[in-house]
Amino acid sequence: MQVSMTINGNPVSGDVEPRMLLVHFIRDRAGLTGTNIGCDSSSCGACTIHLDGEAVKSCTVLTVQADGCEITTIEGLADGDILHPMQQAFHECHALQCGYCTPGMVMAAVSLLDEVPNPSEEDVREGLEGNLCRCTGYHNIVRAVLQAAGNPS
Amino acid sequence: MIPAAFDYELATSADHAVELLVEHGDDAKVLAGGHSLIPLMKYRLAAPAVVVDVGRLVDLSYVREDGEHLAIGALTRHRDVETHELVAANAGLLAEATRHVGDPQVRHRGTIGGALAHGDPASDIPAALLALRGTLVIQGPSGTREVDIDDFFTGFLETALGPDELLTEVRIPRVPNAAWSFQKFNRRAQDWAIVGAAVLVGDGSCGVGLVNMDSRPVRAGAVEAAVAAGSGAVDAAESAADGLEPPADLNASSEYRCHLARVLTRRGLEEAGC
Repeated sequence: MQVSMTINGNPVSGDVEPRMLLVHFIRDRAGLTGTNIGCDSSSCGACTIHLDGEAVKSCTVLTVQADGCEITTIEGLADGDILHPMQQAFHECHALQCGYCTPGMVMAAVSLLDEVPNPSEEDVREGLEGNLCRCTGYHNIVRAVLQAAGNPS
Repeated sequence: MIPAAFDYELATSADHAVELLVEHGDDAKVLAGGHSLIPLMKYRLAAPAVVVDVGRLVDLSYVREDGEHLAIGALTRHRDVETHELVAANAGLLAEATRHVGDPQVRHRGTIGGALAHGDPASDIPAALLALRGTLVIQGPSGTREVDIDDFFTGFLETALGPDELLTEVRIPRVPNAAWSFQKFNRRAQDWAIVGAAVLVGDGSCGVGLVNMDSRPVRAGAVEAAVAAGSGAVDAAESAADGLEPPADLNASSEYRCHLARVLTRRGLEEAGC
């Protein structure tokens, strides 16, 4: 099937099998490998991207379901060399250890602040429940999201 | 994990979806948000020859008051149910149960109709609909019919939906003044309920739906009868597991699930002021 979508502002199209998962299209066709595959079963959140402005797990979306949609991946957040405020906050708060969960964490956190602009610590912890960090770095991740919200704990 | 190959059909209307289902029959599965079906297909537990995608039918995504009922389009995503002011005002129990579904990313994609049509006894939404005594509007080749929630779940992942039928609307009696509680017991964030209890308390009556207490979503009818007969929360909840044989798995034995059902039902009734 022929599909076309906008990824990080750029038109991308391709001929795909209906069973191709969106995360594979993003990584293998668009060449944007910042989006990681973790559990591959919609649990860990490493593959979180924005689909028409909302955080979704791209391992559980078919490419054909995203036909005509606007996609944003971790590569689409920064403005040239200027990091997105959430990326900057993750950097400043050392909100990562191995970094594997980080792209999905950042995308989920940006979506969270879109929906809850002034979150409490509890809001952040609950809002990130779809993202797992196996380095147990949650504490600094929560600090970073609160800092990005202008609400440092 | 990659699903087995299938043919993809994009429905352009509810009528078109039903036409496609008539054409493909048992070979077809309906795809809405995909957060039940796609994982099953990735695990190769489901391998439909044809997937009928109804995800673009935006006219089936709505929440509106309809006389004594709240009408929710089957394609309404969990996030929209969770945050809609009409749901909060008329069926707060459903909004609360929906907040317990998966995680934010899952709720951005999953739909109320998909969660019900999947018929999973471990899902939070069916228990809330049982407690709220909802009905389901189903469209088929010969028109629409309305099915009571008590007649909808027929077995494990099985419902009253025929292979050529599409769930189009969820109807809930408006209960703006009812008290409610949703109790979910699990061990980790985003896990399915080991057991859950959805409780609605109105004028001297109540509705109780249970999660993961049978091969299908079930009503705790004995508890409802006890409350109607004047029992308090502690006594009524004792009968929460009567007649049920819940599954045993790594998380819980059948006996432990029965215990949880009694405890969670009591907590729910108490929180709802029974």
